[in-house]
Amino acid sequence: MTDEMASGGDLDLLREMLRIRRFEERCVELYSATKIRGFLHLYIGEEAVAVGVLSALGPADAVVATYREHGHALARGIPAAAIMAEMFGRIDGCSGGRGGSMHLFDAVTRFYGGNAIVAGGLPVAVGLALADHLRGEDTVTACFFGEGAVAEGEFHESINLAALWDLPVLFCCENNLYAMGTAVARSESETNMARKAAAYGVDATPVDGMDVGAVVDAATAAVAAIRRGDGPQFLELHTYRFRAHSMYDPDRYRDKAEVEEWKHRDPILLLTRRLRADGSLDDHHLEALEAEVAAEIDEAVAFADASGLEPVEDLTRHVHSEAVPR
Amino acid sequence: MVADFRMPSLGADMEAGTVVEWRVAPGDVVRRGDVVVVIETEKATIEAEVFVDGVVDQLVVEVGQEAEVGALLATLTASGEEASLTLTETPTAAPAPLTPARPAPSAVDARPRHVTHSPLVRHLAEQAHLDLVAVDGTGAGGALTRRDVERAIADRGYADPHARAAPPVAFGGEPGRVKASPLARRRAAALGIDLKHVTGTGPEGAVVTADLVGVTPSTDQGASPAVASRHRPAADASFRRRVALGNLMARSKREIPHYYLSTTVEVGGPWDRLREANERRPVAGRVLPAAVLLWATAQAAAEVPVMNGHWVDGVFVPGDAVHLGVAISLRGGGLVAPSLRDAERCSVAELMVRLRDLVGRARTGALRTSELSDPTITVTNLGDQGVESVFGVIYPPQVALVGFGTVVERPWAVDGMLAVRPVLTATLSADHRASDGHDGARFLTLLAHHLQEPELP
Amino acid sequence: MKTTYREAMRAALREALLADDRVFLMGEDVGAYGGGFAVSLGLIEEFGPERIRDAPLSESGFVGAGIGAALGGMRPIVEIMTVNFSLLALDQIMNNAATILHMSGGQFNVPLVIRMTTGAGRQLAAQHSHSLEGWLAHIPGLKVLTPATLEDARGMLATALADPDPVLIFEHGTLYNMKGELADDAGAVDIDRAAVRRAGSDVSLVTYGGTLFKTLDAAEELAGEGIDAEVIDLRALRPLDMPTVIESVRRTHRAVIVDEGWRSGSISAEISARITEQAFWDLDAPVVRVCSAEVPIPFAKHLEDAAVPQVADVVAGARQAVGGG
Repeated sequence: MTDEMASGGDLDLLREMLRIRRFEERCVELYSATKIRGFLHLYIGEEAVAVGVLSALGPADAVVATYREHGHALARGIPAAAIMAEMFGRIDGCSGGRGGSMHLFDAVTRFYGGNAIVAGGLPVAVGLALADHLRGEDTVTACFFGEGAVAEGEFHESINLAALWDLPVLFCCENNLYAMGTAVARSESETNMARKAAAYGVDATPVDGMDVGAVVDAATAAVAAIRRGDGPQFLELHTYRFRAHSMYDPDRYRDKAEVEEWKHRDPILLLTRRLRADGSLDDHHLEALEAEVAAEIDEAVAFADASGLEPVEDLTRHVHSEAVPR
Repeated sequence: MVADFRMPSLGADMEAGTVVEWRVAPGDVVRRGDVVVVIETEKATIEAEVFVDGVVDQLVVEVGQEAEVGALLATLTASGEEASLTLTETPTAAPAPLTPARPAPSAVDARPRHVTHSPLVRHLAEQAHLDLVAVDGTGAGGALTRRDVERAIADRGYADPHARAAPPVAFGGEPGRVKASPLARRRAAALGIDLKHVTGTGPEGAVVTADLVGVTPSTDQGASPAVASRHRPAADASFRRRVALGNLMARSKREIPHYYLSTTVEVGGPWDRLREANERRPVAGRVLPAAVLLWATAQAAAEVPVMNGHWVDGVFVPGDAVHLGVAISLRGGGLVAPSLRDAERCSVAELMVRLRDLVGRARTGALRTSELSDPTITVTNLGDQGVESVFGVIYPPQVALVGFGTVVERPWAVDGMLAVRPVLTATLSADHRASDGHDGARFLTLLAHHLQEPELP
Repeated sequence: MKTTYREAMRAALREALLADDRVFLMGEDVGAYGGGFAVSLGLIEEFGPERIRDAPLSESGFVGAGIGAALGGMRPIVEIMTVNFSLLALDQIMNNAATILHMSGGQFNVPLVIRMTTGAGRQLAAQHSHSLEGWLAHIPGLKVLTPATLEDARGMLATALADPDPVLIFEHGTLYNMKGELADDAGAVDIDRAAVRRAGSDVSLVTYGGTLFKTLDAAEELAGEGIDAEVIDLRALRPLDMPTVIESVRRTHRAVIVDEGWRSGSISAEISARITEQAFWDLDAPVVRVCSAEVPIPFAKHLEDAAVPQVADVVAGARQAVGGG
């Protein structure tokens, strides 16, 4: 999957976005039916960001994301079945059922969460990049966060450190205009996030986050710059979530009309339209794609359902390492 | 094919919701993602969507009605329409509500269950540091009875399911160091009880205060009733005494075949003589009638040995002397019966002195251990309380109990003529295993004789 | 050899940097300034600015970076100048360092060492005098060490670095200048056992870190009164070596815990609870605690002295334990 994406196939981009979309929609059903519990933060509408940025990374690179990270996890290559099992709290989940929706981790794909403290992952991303820098590796750490995180001190500390020490961090600010219920204009004196990043001496680029092609281009360029040694890069990806902050938050703070307006820029719709127009996609194709995605998700749900629970006797595991690594 | 539309979970802590508005009616065609109903929860009003394509069949829950998460709200039938661009999904029957492996903090059944226990049950449990949650009730409706609590206290091997304490490290201790609670240790010291001889029922077999009840230095049969302690709050001590006494009386009634005799004695003469003798003495040295009663009993007991001793292991063991038990009521409630040792050798005056001192010390909790060792016969005197006769319960392992009522004026035959005389009823409760009515009658007759002919100072 | 606590710590750092390329030191003023308490003096000259890395005043940022670097395969030693500033990094310490292993279902461990100076006694007033090691010992996933002796200052770091999980080392500010003898070949020591520093039979004095020496002085004074005190240096607050403490209390039947934290909800309360749970039947007196008074640490010397446990307080506590019951 990753190899094909790296070659930039549009159909692959569409497939990846559809996987995320249908996965998230299925989660809505499953949550409503009480199979998924706790918090659920959906990525519906923002798929182009994760898919586009991650298409520019290689397998040796690292990813740090937030609690709204199902899309990133899927696009990064964590099996849908493992993610679904994790959401169900089962032992075969990617975090062993210990983390849940907000704490998806995967060592194979260097996926470092799933972080539930806003901006809490940024210093960790800086540290991962620091390790690569100290070892002279040319890997990149992509760090995703919302525009709400920019209000936290940790954002400023992290971007300063990254710039000061010239660290290979790709800061991806997913600006969906609302930090839970607070519109960005009500919480930021300066709402142009790219400008803020630039103030730290970091190359910063605004990107249309609903256009997966634009995201791919911007991310590819940024990653190349990092590997070239130009220092950390900042992308402000303008995007929008079509659903509430979390599962059925009443969404009182947004105008329904605004949501409908943004739906006209649904990234899947935009790409589908473009591909139909240039003849790369027809109904038959799309149906096949949808069927493939649906089958994968059905399998994931079945896998999750069949997966067992970690024995209660093992409750106090994972407080300390069981094996001494290296 | 029919599909169910159930009340969705609309948030981490939602238990139920109220239907505020139906956006569809039976017969309406719906597509996956359409909002079909508006639900009000405690936090907000939410539009809920349907996840299948279909035709609305029946609206099961009406506007204004509340339903729990997972409850059926409406039914749909499969639509005959073609699949749309988004692939039609086969209507999925809503899965049964999943029971989480570990309940979420706000789970429906996390309401605290309101259980009331009787004050006695609660009190016993508190004193024994017993967690009532772990005790099964055999009373009506599963209620906890006193027996349940006592049994649970006795079977102390229960484990608190909520405790995550480190496993207790085995009591190493020094040789000779007994495992006992600080409180038990202190009381034992005050009472002169050697902890080594006490069986512990506390955690890990430690001696706790309850284990000291009825223990005396010379015997560990737990026969004596509870002794007051000056260190404890009166209410608490009195309750425990009552409990202990009750246990003792129950045991007595269970084990001892009591028989009862009574005699009425005319005491006008002796009481007059007593009054005269007292007038000649200083107030502090005056002799109360009670001392005469005790003296008479001690004399009679010395003369009828079968009334003076203990029933032990199926055999009567006569006392080496008359150690006269005196039942003394305590201010906080409850009873103690310390003994006046070698009472048959004392004169009335000496008994008076000793009695006064004994009552004083019993009431302040300053009894000596020797006094707590088993009397060989006990006197209970409710004369002060106006009762005419008292048929008491023998204190095991004794074999007799003498009771005295109050002095009352009664018609009496004197020299063939009717007169009114002060009379006193003396009673004997005796153990039929050790004596019979013949012995009892002889005892009472002697007692009456001594009452009428007291050796007064 | 004659040395000081500070020099022993520096020797430990140097040895670690020489032994493993993955080790680096990061914190405020650890490089050019030579360390806030001069512990890392001279190291930047020897190891360079990449490995002796000065950080801006961004506790959350550089502690999180330490976590990330540990995740990424390095063996960072993060120095937070004092525990007082660690509050700014508490989210990273608790929600990331202590928790990532668990949240990831065991996939990612965080082999990070954080060193901090702690304690009162130098008239640095309320915001610079905290003893919060007891607080941090509350958190599963962390190890908390309190080296008090030269041997421990020299030897705990290596063991902490070898640990696959996060370890916090607390150095009491008044100990840096402490002089003493240290074996020339002093090396790594364990980080999970308490040590009996003075054997005794009448009362167990349990303490850690900076107050160890006051407690030893108190023991000397008590000996003069005929009270033979046993002094236990906990050396680590998480995990707590209760078997050593319990074995001692079994013999002495009395315990006094000396803790520079504020009394309420302190580590002394935890130790007292465990003594009650595990050695109740061996106690002849309630456990006594000698802690800081419930007041932010004042500036004026006499007030600061009154607020924090002193030798006289420990002596009084021991007398109470022995005399009471």
